[in-house]
Order: sequence, then structure tokens, then C-alpha cells
Amino acid sequence: MEEKKIKSVKLGEIIREFDLEILHKGTDYENVPLWTLDVNRPGLPLSGFFEHFDTQRLLLMGLTESSFVRDMTPEQRRESFERLLAYPVPGLIFTRGIDPTDECMEMARKYDRTVLRTQRQTSAFMSSLITSLGNHLAPQITRSGVMMEVHGEGVLLQGESGVGKSEVAIELLKRGHRLIADDAVDIKATSYGVLMASAPVLISQYMELRGIGVIDVSQLFGMVAVKPKQQIELVIHLEPWDDHAVYDRLGLETHSEELLGIQVPSITIPVKPGRNLASIVEVAAMNNRNRKLGHNAALELTERMDRLFQEQQPE
Amino acid sequence: MYSQDAVVNNQVGLHARPATFFIQKANEFKSSIWVEKDERKVNAKSLLGVLSLGIVKGTPIKLIADGPDEKQAVEALYQMISSDFTE
Repeated sequence: MEEKKIKSVKLGEIIREFDLEILHKGTDYENVPLWTLDVNRPGLPLSGFFEHFDTQRLLLMGLTESSFVRDMTPEQRRESFERLLAYPVPGLIFTRGIDPTDECMEMARKYDRTVLRTQRQTSAFMSSLITSLGNHLAPQITRSGVMMEVHGEGVLLQGESGVGKSEVAIELLKRGHRLIADDAVDIKATSYGVLMASAPVLISQYMELRGIGVIDVSQLFGMVAVKPKQQIELVIHLEPWDDHAVYDRLGLETHSEELLGIQVPSITIPVKPGRNLASIVEVAAMNNRNRKLGHNAALELTERMDRLFQEQQPE
Repeated sequence: MYSQDAVVNNQVGLHARPATFFIQKANEFKSSIWVEKDERKVNAKSLLGVLSLGIVKGTPIKLIADGPDEKQAVEALYQMISSDFTE
């Protein structure tokens, strides 16, 4: 379940996403796979230095690179671009609407490389490109469960089928919280170390309630009740109440579990008829938030007791 | 843990209605059961979970079960999707 597969994203998807202008099409350019979120500003390769040159990266030609080649003689430029584009790079992107030189286009044709252009400024474009590639390439798993946003906290509810996840979700929706996904939750580990949850496209905004069937949450509860994606900040396991089990009473230790190599706080809530689970989930979310802000009620309680006990200790 | 690879063979794949038969069958068993397609693995007892995979005719999937009746569960579901959903 947790095994990671190496993912790629097609160049065509990136071209559409950033609305890139196509100056030269390499063969089957749309299906060229991108395997890395790294990009390259090829200043050094253009001047002939190719150590550590990664041919899987997209190349960004900004103002600096373009001025650098403009100062060369046409022969030097031809040689420079020939050296660079002889490598099987997935694409060369000019920023700031810069026109590529004739020698660049000549070599792109000769070596069948794709040349693209954006009007955006280099650093800003590079940053959004890396973020986007990171999202496309992030390792992903699908878990069963219900993903909700409760008081702004991303909560993943898990538990055996029939334990009442959907009932809790409905009650939470009625209290104004939001649904991200029901039954199947796509989870991505982003490059900045957080877990993002979203619904598989086919079932987003839908929930299934036994006895009623499939419902459209955005139509019944309004647009405010659904959210396309949300960071997972707390995992709540719902399990049937067991009179003999030991439940956390103090909450001194923070338990966590690992999803795609990232630790997330987790708690287990026992389910019993008559226990208002939605309220408990709300409290758990608020308490998680409180802890993130540096407060821990259980810890503060024990400290208060320590102080009292010390004061009252006989000399 | 018991698992088996399968290919969905009926004309419309695991569309809404066939999927309900599939999950009903899965719910007859005690074991936890999952359906895996590519990198996605969902609870075979949940309708939206199974629908979310978008399993069309000819899709290779994997049936996985874990529990007291895991083997029977996988075999029954395998039987179902291999036989065009005629029980």
C-alpha cells in the first residue's frame, strides 16, 4: 500500500498548464515525460561546462542567459547551442517573451528539441514551474476514509466500514465544516513535506449514505460545504467501544503515524451509541490546533500539579 | 492476506450498477477486502471507493483480502468479474 512508484508528467500537460507558446515542436513533444522537479538555467552549459549536467531537466533561458549568448559571435552561438541541444533535453523555455536567436532555432530543428516561451519573469515562472512539477511528481496513495476540514484543520477519519464515519461526516457538514473526500481519499506527499488530500475526480463532492444512496454534498449543503484539497493535519481512528480497552485519558503523549514517509498526529476515538462523535471530532481538531500553537492542556495540568505538590511537601 | 490479479471483462466495466453488485458481494465476507488499480487501492466494500477507480472493460486490477474468509472472498469476487456479473 505504501510502495512508491516513480512518476512522470507529460510535457504537454505543463505546456497547457502554463499556457506556453510553442516555438518549435520536437517529435511527439506532448508525450515527452518529465521525471524531475528540478529545472536548469543553462548559463554554465552554454559556456561549455557540462559537469553534473542533468539532461532530464527543463532548461530556462532568462534575461541573463539570453544576454550572454547575444554577446557571442554567430559561430560561437551555433557551437554553444549545438553542444547544449545535442543532449536529449526535454525542452528549452524562454522567459520574458524573449526571442530565441536563429542559431538556437537552427539547432533545435537539427536535434529535434522543443522550444517554448512564456511572457512571465524568470524567477517567478521558475518557482511556479517547480511547485507544479513537484505536485505532479509527488508520491501518491489512496486510502479509504473520510477527509474533512474541521475548524480549518484537515482531519482524516478512518475506521472499519460501518463504524459510522459517514454519519459523523454528515453531522460535521451540518455544523458548517467541509468535505474533501468520502470513501476514497487521494493522498500526496508534496515536496515541501506536507500531505495533501483530495478526492478522486470521479467521486468528488459525492458521499454515500447507507439507505439513501449517493448524495451530492455541494447541492444539498451548498458550495461552502466542499473543498477540493486540504492538508492532512490529524488522523482520527474511529473504533467500536471496547469495555476492556485502555483509552488515552490524559493525552500527555502525542501519537503519530506515518503516511508516505511523513508523520501526522493521530488519535483513536472509541465509538459508542449516544456519544456525540461530531462534537468530539470538533474538539479533537481544536485541541490539535491548540497543540500546534504550543499549548498542551495535559502537560500544563501535570505542571500545575507538580507545583502544588512541591509547595505542600513537608520540610 | 490473499490476493489475485484479475481483468474486468463485462461490457460496461465496473460502472455504477455492476459496482453495487460487486460491493454487495464483498460485504458478505468478514475479511477486509481491497481493489487495487495502478497506484490506487480502495476498500472493496465501499461504493464510492470502487467507483473512484473508474474501472472500464479490460482494466487489470488486483483483488486483495485479509481475514478469516480471505480466500473465499477473493475467489467469489474474481468469479463475479470474470463471468460478466451473472452469478
